[in-house]
Amino acid sequence: MAGGPEAANFALSSTAGRWLRPWLTRHLQTFFYTLGLLSRAPLASFLTAAVIGMALALPAGLYVLLDNVRDATRGWDGSNAISLFLQLKISDDKAEAIAGNVRDWPEVAGTQVISRAQALEEFRQLSGFADVMEAFSNDNPLPAVIVVEPAVDAGDGVAMDKLLGRLAGLPEVDFAQFDLAWLKRLYAILRIVERGVLVLALLLAGGVLLVVGNTMRLGVENRRQEIEIAKLFGATDAFIRRPFLYSGLLYGALGGVIAWLLVWACFLLLGEPVQRLTALYSGGYRLQGLATWASVVLVAGGAMLGLLGSWLSVGRLLPSIEPS
Amino acid sequence: MIEFHDVTKRYPNGYEALRNVNLRVESGAMAFITGHSGAGKSTLLRLTTLLERCTRGQVLVGGHNLSRLSRRRIPYFRRNIGVVFQNHRLLMDRTVFDNVALPLVIAGNSHTEVGRRVRAALDKVGLLGRSRAFPITLSGGEQQRVGIARAVVHRPRILLADEPTGNLDPELSREIMGLFESFNHVGVTVLIATHDISLIADMGYDILTLKDGSFVRGAGAVS
Repeated sequence: MAGGPEAANFALSSTAGRWLRPWLTRHLQTFFYTLGLLSRAPLASFLTAAVIGMALALPAGLYVLLDNVRDATRGWDGSNAISLFLQLKISDDKAEAIAGNVRDWPEVAGTQVISRAQALEEFRQLSGFADVMEAFSNDNPLPAVIVVEPAVDAGDGVAMDKLLGRLAGLPEVDFAQFDLAWLKRLYAILRIVERGVLVLALLLAGGVLLVVGNTMRLGVENRRQEIEIAKLFGATDAFIRRPFLYSGLLYGALGGVIAWLLVWACFLLLGEPVQRLTALYSGGYRLQGLATWASVVLVAGGAMLGLLGSWLSVGRLLPSIEPS
Repeated sequence: MIEFHDVTKRYPNGYEALRNVNLRVESGAMAFITGHSGAGKSTLLRLTTLLERCTRGQVLVGGHNLSRLSRRRIPYFRRNIGVVFQNHRLLMDRTVFDNVALPLVIAGNSHTEVGRRVRAALDKVGLLGRSRAFPITLSGGEQQRVGIARAVVHRPRILLADEPTGNLDPELSREIMGLFESFNHVGVTVLIATHDISLIADMGYDILTLKDGSFVRGAGAVS
């Protein structure tokens, strides 16, 4: 052996010392190689990505819808006030006196009196029946109202009901109304739906993992010969795994983009009728699409799911392929 | 460079492919292993590239005891060896260039380095003009030359060939053997398994004959 036994020894590691450039080179090579592979079978790649996209679009769309409902009703519960409609014969001064009395109750945080004139003015502005109301300008049909801010927790239904009963029992009060009970119920329902969306999202994320994993399994089977040759010429498992991980990542990211487009298209279709509906209530509410950060989460989440799916699948398969 | 010490390979079904084989191929040597099919030629090469591990004995390649080489090290070990197959095992969906480039890409060479070395290897086997072609469009002899270019492109210390001329006519076979000789002349250790004794008889290299898993002729050192 020329040069003695030491010099004859094989090197058993990759180029020592320099690692950043080879590492970058390798990853860039793999990235473009994978991109080439996917673009060589555009239909198959698109179909895989589309399946992922639809699986991601459903929870993403529902999430945005929920967000919109929450957004549209925000401010409605700014106060969980109780309105006391006083009898018509009660004067504004008397109303102030009652309000001062009620304010001292321990279960009341504060009160505010809306005088009969104020009530009429407010109604004129908000109802859109200004002309009709002109007819009543001399004979105001509206009672004075005391808005009571409870000190008890709005979620505590029993305490709320007790307070409502006590207020309704006042002799000057025509009737007392807890304004936002229906809103509380809506929020409770929204919370259930939200949990449902979360469960759905987890199930569909599992579906994405399976789709990507199965695609990678087929890819490994199709390229079994190539993998064997590569192993014969000294490819590490990491080298063989890398293009699969990249394609998983790309499938996932592409799926995320498709999901984004689907959500966008759905909201484009929904936008006009929703605006028409909200116009019937209180001014136009504009449907909000996916926020920028949510878009980023959607695409990045898709990419991560794709990566994880291929990692799980390929990692399990590779050891079983040995060159023969 | 390659040493076998009392190597026995027994398969799980009880079949003994190699029986107490001793072999020593010095660095820079060229040698042939012959024998009927089933005599153990392929098994010997498979033990050398760590496709399999021996049941008993020791295999030393490039100064490493292969029975002590961890699974993690095997890829790096194999990068020192070039392998040529009887059916060449080219990837049919890749161009000639990409096939030859594979060992360099695996080793993490830069793009320019890959191009330079692949062209040099293809030039050496006389196929520089066909680098964009797909293997399926090449003749059998040309395909085997691509296989050889792939086996030497990363400048391995050892070149192993398993029946490299098995599917070729005598003239092409001589051409291929000439290529192996030229690599041996620049210092590559070459070990070729073949049953084509008439082809190699007058080439002047050591010929080791396996029969039923043991050497019957020419066993021992090759230098």
